[in-house]
Amino acid sequence: MNSTYPTTWKRPPQLVQSRVWRIVLTVGAIAYLLVAIGSVEVNWARVVVGMERAQRFIAGFLQPDFTTRWRDISNGLVESLTMTLTSTVVGVLISIPIGVGAARNLAPSWLYVICRSIIAVSRAVQEIIIAIFFVALFGFGAFAGFLTLSFATIGFIGKLLAEEIEDIDPAQAEAIRATGASWFQLINYAVQPQVMPRLIGLSLYRLDINFRESAVIGIVGAGGIGGTLNTALSRYEYDSAGAILMIIIAIVMVAEYSSSHLRKLVK
Amino acid sequence: MSMTSSPAPVWQHRTPFARLLLWMGWLALVALFVYCWNLMTARTMWVFVYDAPNAASDLLGRAFPPRWAYMDVLWKPLWDTLSIATLGTLLGIIMAVPLAFLAANNTTPSRLLLRPVALLAIVASRSINSLIWALLLVSILGPGLLAGILAIAFRSIGFIGKLLYEAIEETDDKQIEAITATGASKSQILNYAIVPQVLPTFYGISVFRWDINIRESAILGLVGAGGIGAQLQSSLNVLAWPQVSLIMLVILATVVVSEWVSAKVRHAII
Repeated sequence: MNSTYPTTWKRPPQLVQSRVWRIVLTVGAIAYLLVAIGSVEVNWARVVVGMERAQRFIAGFLQPDFTTRWRDISNGLVESLTMTLTSTVVGVLISIPIGVGAARNLAPSWLYVICRSIIAVSRAVQEIIIAIFFVALFGFGAFAGFLTLSFATIGFIGKLLAEEIEDIDPAQAEAIRATGASWFQLINYAVQPQVMPRLIGLSLYRLDINFRESAVIGIVGAGGIGGTLNTALSRYEYDSAGAILMIIIAIVMVAEYSSSHLRKLVK
Repeated sequence: MSMTSSPAPVWQHRTPFARLLLWMGWLALVALFVYCWNLMTARTMWVFVYDAPNAASDLLGRAFPPRWAYMDVLWKPLWDTLSIATLGTLLGIIMAVPLAFLAANNTTPSRLLLRPVALLAIVASRSINSLIWALLLVSILGPGLLAGILAIAFRSIGFIGKLLYEAIEETDDKQIEAITATGASKSQILNYAIVPQVLPTFYGISVFRWDINIRESAILGLVGAGGIGAQLQSSLNVLAWPQVSLIMLVILATVVVSEWVSAKVRHAII
């Protein structure tokens, strides 16, 4: 018996096993990319002009100007921060009954369908589009932003809370039910203690997200620091814009760090 | 048997001090809420707010039915939106992958110099929303698809970079050790021990980000970065609500389809 062993080894493909499909997919991807890149029209003359602006922007970012527009910046900041807190509180308060209603183990099926569709609508539509509508309805300013963020919070917290409630330990609910507890007592003594830490964690996480979003929805007129940034950029005041961006980045970092820290503490 | 008058102690979950602390905490939250509410609504025009139900019914009356004929104009911006998302994601991946390898604790060439720089780049990219990136880039490069693609790419770097470097740090040491034991060079270790382990995660992250990018590229046009959002902006400017409602429906359909595709692909890979 003299079997020859191969001296070279070829790595087997990890993703698509069939050779034909690999070729078809690669050719298709390359063809799509060529068409897509071909359809992008770039005004190179404008880009060259822009390079000079990019330099000014980087210079403005390195030497941010906090003082000239400080009144606008601080107004925008106060709006953003207050909007973040109030919308998170209101959004969480509204999403608790919706989350309970969207939990299959607690709610009757008609209520389940209603609550799930509220959540689906709130999650499918981007914040900025909701903001456009609320600005059209409620006028410019922080109130429209507050409503936008509250609405977006409902979908986020509602969905995750409902999933958390569906995952509770059924033995505890069974035990409370066996004592003859009413539905509200069941929620209060069996469900609430199990999901409360997670709910607080989610709310802190959403507080963090809401600040990020509050910096954006100002662009369509819903108040907050985004509006100030938009104004600064359309006036080509890159040093003020640099200052605003630095403030946003700093707050986002602090919010993310402290929110993840607090969440670990609650857990 | 004596009947003592002292009542049996009632069971309580927390000590009195803990309860006091808890109450103070909630009170502080309520106080903060009221304070913030007052600050926020100081400049609210309540007339507009009270008028909102009328405005809403008026708006809905104008917006429906959507102007279906406008769809002919929308195919090109829709294609542009898709291009922004796909090309932006690809560009983001190209920049994020080296950054992720520089940022991961077990693959970084220098823990003191390059790793902090890579981490800083990832964090900075993540903390700026793609709409703000677009705002900056439109101001620098002028309106158009290029600004949108770059905005999506710059935002994607942080997302893909962060998730990928975490995946690289979680790779199994044993496989790396096994490859090292064969006498493999540094690049061979990377190629045969680390890359195969993170590849499925990498595909998953990329498709997930592509899905998010479709959502975001649909609205980038609001600040002038091309795509269907530009059409939305121009329709809003002339208050053409039937067109606005059609665009909303198209965006919603795109988002649903891309979410479905991304879920299917991720299911097939992982």
